[in-house]
Amino acid sequence: MEMLWEYAKAFLVGGAFCAVGQVLIDYTKLTPARILVTYVVAGVVLGALGVYQPLIDFAGAGATVPLTGFGAALAKGVREAVDKDGLLGVLTGGLTASSAGITAAMVFGLIAALISKPKDKA
Amino acid sequence: MKKLTKNEYSTLADKASPPTKSYRTIPTAFLVGGLICTLGQGLLNLYQYLGLPEKTASAAVSVSLIFLSVLATGLNVYDNLAKYAGAGTLVPITGFANAVASPALEFKSEGLILGIGAKLFTISGPVIVYGIAASCVYGLLYYLFG
Amino acid sequence: MAKRLSRSTIRLESCPSIQAWAAVGGKMEGEGPLADEFDFLNPDTTFGESTWEKAESRMMRTAVDRAFAKAKVCPSDVDIIFAGDLLNQCVGSTYGLRELEIPFLGLYGACSTMAESLCMASLFIEGGLAERTAAVTSSHFCSAERQFRFPLEYGGQRAPTAQWTATASGAALVGRSMAAPFVREVCIGSIVDLGITDAANMGAAMAPAAASTIAAYFHDTHLKPADFDRIFTGDLGLVGSTLLLELLEREGLPISAQHADCGLLLYDRQSQDVHAGGSGCGCSASVLCSHILPRVQKGEWKDVLFVATGALMSPTLVQQGESIPGIAHLLHISNTRGKEGM
Repeated sequence: MEMLWEYAKAFLVGGAFCAVGQVLIDYTKLTPARILVTYVVAGVVLGALGVYQPLIDFAGAGATVPLTGFGAALAKGVREAVDKDGLLGVLTGGLTASSAGITAAMVFGLIAALISKPKDKA
Repeated sequence: MKKLTKNEYSTLADKASPPTKSYRTIPTAFLVGGLICTLGQGLLNLYQYLGLPEKTASAAVSVSLIFLSVLATGLNVYDNLAKYAGAGTLVPITGFANAVASPALEFKSEGLILGIGAKLFTISGPVIVYGIAASCVYGLLYYLFG
Repeated sequence: MAKRLSRSTIRLESCPSIQAWAAVGGKMEGEGPLADEFDFLNPDTTFGESTWEKAESRMMRTAVDRAFAKAKVCPSDVDIIFAGDLLNQCVGSTYGLRELEIPFLGLYGACSTMAESLCMASLFIEGGLAERTAAVTSSHFCSAERQFRFPLEYGGQRAPTAQWTATASGAALVGRSMAAPFVREVCIGSIVDLGITDAANMGAAMAPAAASTIAAYFHDTHLKPADFDRIFTGDLGLVGSTLLLELLEREGLPISAQHADCGLLLYDRQSQDVHAGGSGCGCSASVLCSHILPRVQKGEWKDVLFVATGALMSPTLVQQGESIPGIAHLLHISNTRGKEGM
């Protein structure tokens, strides 16, 4: 039962992030690229203010999988790096925290492009 | 022709343009986005069950979802799902992965270097640029006042 | 000799004849309501080529070859060819036609290019500058998407006002003969921009240009909409068509009884996912060469207006915050040479 509630929380919170994104697509002139940038920067800000971690504790993947979670991870990474390395951490923290995701997307994307071809939508 | 001001025409054009069917798009985005996060939660639990520490498990979830998204992009199906899901496939990390893989596929015809290599981050680049820049601003503030 | 009725409207008194034509399309076009009227449909939209640009060139060449075959002419019988497409540097046309060795003039009028090229082809005949001319345009969904919008596999959602770029090409041969259809007048449009900035709403950007050209034509010729069996606009789609009818209504020129839009004819909006309708140079060109010209030839329609519309959109300028200029050129295509008719 507890497991079910855990999944429900992830579903509801994650779904809510996406529903807000859809409202932005439908009712504003924001392009998808702008929405993604907004989400990531919002995640950094919320992470910096310390309000995103409680949401992760509550919703798990429902908060980490949306791009706001990516932003919050950047904030967390830079904070930890500054604690450890001081001023240099300002520069190393963000990319270190996001390196697995960025590298994975880059390398998988490269492999996919070598193997596959785009197809007509018709 | 009688002169019509841009404002008058803008009003006419808005009236003639059909609105998005939000009663359909928003629930679909909620549903698909929610399911992707639920899948993420399932993977998280699985990896933790297999003994990975929480931080590693969380990164493994991201990498797994990115893999699945790139796979779906390579199999030419991610765009078909996104047509219905909208923000439901845009906002999760899978949307970021699709934004990296799709230009890589598209610009393959212009070669490995100037095609795939140069165009890989044309869509997703801004996310990295402004995400990292925001983290630097926060890091600096944290260093100075934290 | 051509008679200038105004700065924009020219009456072609020799009535150049459209001698042959051909329409080629892809998969979506083959699933649309006009499928049976096309000369050639290829469900494989790569047309056997390795890139989308080459596919578009191959498609255009196919349309030209088909039109030449129908007229039983070879490339050396054609004095000049006017061609255009949507791609940068008009590569669909230049690479498609490079082997033909026909004197070539490349044109860019966005989706209005078929009317632009057919105007030029007819005027060269009228002016005695050529014995036989050709006009051809094309557009390809995939080559247009990658140049103007997103990669094909990118997961984006299209706005309800967005239009579907047709994978199609239309080619027409113009010369001097006594066989219908004839080009009786042309009206060359001016650029009109009423400030639409939304690149996903091209119909709205083009409608004022169409209205302006149609109003100018009726003003210059003293004809009225009822003198025509049909008035075809290029690719205004659902939104643009609604706006055009409204703009002309305000001018005291109701055309709803005669109006049809190529972008709405090419696809079935109910069953095909094209949102506000079709667009692209190939849309109006293929509808002209599959649906309109045969009917005018047979006399099913005596007089039609073909008004191809173009949104002169550049992604760069839209990103710089500029609005989208529109243009529309008009041809009066008739089953008769006039005098006896009007």
